[in-house]
Amino acid sequence: MTITQFFFILFAIITLVSGLRVVTTKTMFHAALYLVICLFGVALLFVLLEAGFLAAVQVIVYIGAIAILIIFAVMLTRGMMEPKGPTLNSQSGLAAVVAAAMLFILIRVLTSFQFQAVTADVPSDNVIQLGQSIVGQFVLPFEVASVLLLAAMIGAIYIARERKKGE
Amino acid sequence: MNPVNDIFIIIANFLRTLLGAGGLHLADWFVELIMAVLRAALLGTFALLIFMILTWIERKVVARIQDRLGPNVAGPWGILLPIADGIKMIVKEDTVPAGADKAVFNLAPLVAAVAAMLVYAVIPFGPDTGHGALAGADLNIGIFYILAVGAVSLIAILMAGWSSNNKYALVGAFRAVAELLSYEVPQVLSITVVVMLAGTMQMTQIVQAQTVPFIFPLFATAIIFFISGVAESGRTPFDLVEAESEIVAGYHIEYSAMKFSMFFLGEFVHAFAVCAVFATVFLNGWEGPILPPYVWFLIKSGAIFFIMMWIRGTLPRFRIDQLMAFNWKFLVPLSLVNLLVVAVADTIVRTMLHFTPDGNPWVWGLILFAVNLVMLFIAFGLLGRGARRGIDDRRTITRLPEDKAAAPASAQAN
Repeated sequence: MTITQFFFILFAIITLVSGLRVVTTKTMFHAALYLVICLFGVALLFVLLEAGFLAAVQVIVYIGAIAILIIFAVMLTRGMMEPKGPTLNSQSGLAAVVAAAMLFILIRVLTSFQFQAVTADVPSDNVIQLGQSIVGQFVLPFEVASVLLLAAMIGAIYIARERKKGE
Repeated sequence: MNPVNDIFIIIANFLRTLLGAGGLHLADWFVELIMAVLRAALLGTFALLIFMILTWIERKVVARIQDRLGPNVAGPWGILLPIADGIKMIVKEDTVPAGADKAVFNLAPLVAAVAAMLVYAVIPFGPDTGHGALAGADLNIGIFYILAVGAVSLIAILMAGWSSNNKYALVGAFRAVAELLSYEVPQVLSITVVVMLAGTMQMTQIVQAQTVPFIFPLFATAIIFFISGVAESGRTPFDLVEAESEIVAGYHIEYSAMKFSMFFLGEFVHAFAVCAVFATVFLNGWEGPILPPYVWFLIKSGAIFFIMMWIRGTLPRFRIDQLMAFNWKFLVPLSLVNLLVVAVADTIVRTMLHFTPDGNPWVWGLILFAVNLVMLFIAFGLLGRGARRGIDDRRTITRLPEDKAAAPASAQAN
């Protein structure tokens, strides 16, 4: 076992165990913290692949923005200091069916996919190539995504703004 | 090799030979692992030492600004104060509030301190003279990494606020996260401008790209970065996170003894990290005549930290709505305009006037400096007009709606 394999297994275990704890823990706040650890584990896997930029993006976007948002939402829910609560609700059966179907699809796709081993070294500065391809080859999807986010933001501001009298 | 300038490189090379081919014959990856652990330990110790020295210097400087003596009991000029403080913190009772979530409560100060120290991993203390840069790790995403680890400190604050089982702590945590998230926007936008001019995110290359210190061509950017950096580290005038008069002490109200001082440490270490990044990115990092690079680096960071102390000793605290309004209505628009203006001005100066940063660095730098000054003049003019209008608005709002309501008060005064 090489040192890379050792770290891969370590990070994979961290990611999977904390991912499992997200759905099994009874306190919502703990679930959110386990989610942070899980996302951090994914960032570590990116580091292991020498994709430092993606690792940093993973931390900024998923931990710095999405996890914080989730924690905010959790902290504003009623009774969030209560340690015990049911982890399942009436829709658990439906969720199990959807999750099983998703798992089945993923397994089919991953087993049918031919993974090609690339022996070339990772380019030392792939950030520049990434930036150039975003504003070059993939400029249209990039711009469409920006417009979509802008529309979402305007929508959120419209919903959240204070209504004046008579509206 | 210059024995004074490259002292750390020489020691590192000596250790490598000692552990590897020249002595213990360990495997290469194991030697590198030991060296990485050593670098991490050294940077962690540096952060702790900085914390010890800066607490004393800050108390002394702020005391002098406010016409007080400051620490003067323990040792000459009170220089042993940090040690006395440390002993006090260790022997104090470590309290945990009833109903607190113990695991999260104990983990939060650790996460806060570590998150602040993580920044030091990429800060370059000296140049790359062919044996690797004098830095923990000279990542090619250097400055982006600093933004990423900043996110971790938010988690620490939320953990502390939630697990304390205290309303003030919870409100403080919300406030802190709102403040830190908001001020991240101008910070990221100002770093974008730097990366745009330097053409790289690697810290050592950003220093080498500065043929003229970036504080001249990017003056407005430097001011935006400094203000948002002060806010990010939660220092006066942005210390609403722990506004004693409003929310007692914010998210760390329930913490005592060493756990409290770890939050305190995180704050100081983060503040100095902001200064170090400022020195690297805007003041040409380690570059300077005669003195060794790491000394120049510490002098520049220390000078920026002095400005921070100066502000702390002088300015009162913002109100939370002023803080938010200042960020979203002034800093964010200014940094967006700044991004656009610098991009356009830089292109014009390079392509139409033919002054490049490599050819005529000072001409290029000073033309952009003038553009920055004009932009700041207009921006502060608009800010001043807005502030005056704000004062007028407040007068009309605070005036009582009916004369009857005001009558008893005036009668009493008579």
